Amino acid sequence: MSKPEKDHAALSDVFTRDTDRVDWHDETLWWIRAKRDNAAHQLPEWELLREQASQIKENVLSRLDSYLLEFEVQAEKNGIILHWAKDAATHNQIVYDILQRKGLKHMVKSKSMLTEECHLNEFLEEKGVEVIDSDLGERIVQLAKEPPSHIVLPCIHKKKEEIGEIFSQHLGTPAGISDPKILTETARNHLRQVFLTRKVALTGVNFAVAETGEFVVCTNEGNADMGAHLSEVHIAAMGIEKIIPKRKHLGVFLRLLTRSATGQPITTYSSHYAKPRAGQEMHLILVDNGRSAQLGRADFRNSLKCIRCGACMNTCPVYRRSGGHSYHTAIAGPIGSILAPNLDMEKYADLPFASTLCGSCSNVCPVKIDIHNQLYKWRQVIVKAGYVDSKKVAAMKLMSFTLSNTARFVMAGKAGRMVLKYAPFAVNNSQNVWYKQREMPEPPEMSFRAWYKKHGNNE
Amino acid sequence: MSKAEILAAIQRNKPVDVELPAPFVPGPADKQDFRESFSGMVNQIGGQVLSVENWAAIETYVHQHFRSDERIVTTIEGLKPAFENVDPTADPHDLADVSLAILPGHFGVAENAAVWLSDGQLGIRVLPFICQHLVIVLKQDSLLANMHEAYDRIGKDRQGFGVFIAGPSKTADIEQSLVIGAHGARSLLVFLLK
Repeated sequence: MSKPEKDHAALSDVFTRDTDRVDWHDETLWWIRAKRDNAAHQLPEWELLREQASQIKENVLSRLDSYLLEFEVQAEKNGIILHWAKDAATHNQIVYDILQRKGLKHMVKSKSMLTEECHLNEFLEEKGVEVIDSDLGERIVQLAKEPPSHIVLPCIHKKKEEIGEIFSQHLGTPAGISDPKILTETARNHLRQVFLTRKVALTGVNFAVAETGEFVVCTNEGNADMGAHLSEVHIAAMGIEKIIPKRKHLGVFLRLLTRSATGQPITTYSSHYAKPRAGQEMHLILVDNGRSAQLGRADFRNSLKCIRCGACMNTCPVYRRSGGHSYHTAIAGPIGSILAPNLDMEKYADLPFASTLCGSCSNVCPVKIDIHNQLYKWRQVIVKAGYVDSKKVAAMKLMSFTLSNTARFVMAGKAGRMVLKYAPFAVNNSQNVWYKQREMPEPPEMSFRAWYKKHGNNE
Repeated sequence: MSKAEILAAIQRNKPVDVELPAPFVPGPADKQDFRESFSGMVNQIGGQVLSVENWAAIETYVHQHFRSDERIVTTIEGLKPAFENVDPTADPHDLADVSLAILPGHFGVAENAAVWLSDGQLGIRVLPFICQHLVIVLKQDSLLANMHEAYDRIGKDRQGFGVFIAGPSKTADIEQSLVIGAHGARSLLVFLLK
């Protein structure tokens, strides 16, 4: 366990300095949320699908061990080489061992939030292995030396002019170009050379089917397939919770995933990998890294149902206005805030508090995770464990002292109105966090209690 | 050792057993002919659909829209005499300069424009991704309503690789502006064959 260098509030301050950008970020993500609504409303059975998906995942969590073993048998029958990694370090070492055995030092990678969680790129770079991310958004943030700020839209925080600047520095486009078409074409040509020359490709996994030993990778760009089918060695990495029992269940999940994520009816490519092609090696790494521990936390285990669509981020009023980097974890937003404390409660103690508890996240979740309830429950666990800032604890104790007694409550109200009226400078200053980016309200003439006493009886 | 530790932790921590839900029953499809909804969906996601009578019509279309010096390959029996055939044992890198690939699809899905292709028809797996442009030929009576029917159709088929393709490759990673032609094919045309 470790303390973060800066917590969510401090990191949000960095993002919210540029208010125009905050508005733009907010509106862009809300637009994606609106597209999700539109796609969902076109299916009369949408709510039944969510319920079905949730129940399938319920079953998966209760039989995770036997599904993983069934998957292992089937995948090995298919010719896939299976690895088990209890934590991030083991996962990274397995990847490195495969590369070493093959004498390979250059790898192309498609989107995998798991490898972000494990910090694979940094690990391999220290060992002298070059990793190139091939999803356009991920390549952009990689060149900018930043982590993705969103699990589906990695560079949603960047303006096209900034991306043009990055491309001009690294990919040789003329300065001042910001047309998304030209920038995308540049990346296409650059990455095509990468795909054609790399002998090892790593991909993520969206779903793995116990019944058939196959795994499914979804992309719009086609980068996972370009990398994997041109490679001599394909490594796929997945969290153990990505397993589903039967192939036909893909019908349920593929209908939900992209409609929830971007409002598309399905991704351009939904690739089903079962067997390596002739002459190719196919590896699959099953990674735990805290998932089996989360399974044991009754209040939080159903966070493992997550299919990583990002809908909870797009709808979250806090995420939209604080940006993905303010969460200082691989998976930002509401779902990241209930997953991260399981990995390191002290480091991520701030995240469950980065929420209004409005419940919008739970309402859009395609597998019906009760995200906002878990945020609330994590707060209690974290306070009990003593990982909350002493100022907040003191403020809460004072609040509880005040609100639990009528006389004290009446006194506090009077005092508050007096201060706002006669000594506004006492609260209108930087010591008061409620004053940041807000005016304090005009004090009312009297409390509601006083008003009611005066008017309540003579209607 | 990781494996034993992971399994032991799961067995220790997993909740009480929960049965799988009854299979999902989708709402009834409003019609049996899905040509219109399938075509509408393909257009919506940046592709194109043309109905044709026979192989000759496809051949004519391709000759009209592609230059004779462009590399055009196919794995379809009916078109093999007209275009370069794919050697399934060739190095996938040899396909880097393919301008157009013409491939057969097993079936199309009306709700999302996805078309199912698998190993036997692809020749080489990278082909539908590495080509600059992609044509998929579907029998017009092979359209299904939704993904549940799609997986019923695939059944227990143990293909080594299979893919649903819906439209041309695309990205919206730069400020959410949609750009067609990311890393895969820049265009997709589906022929519905009588």
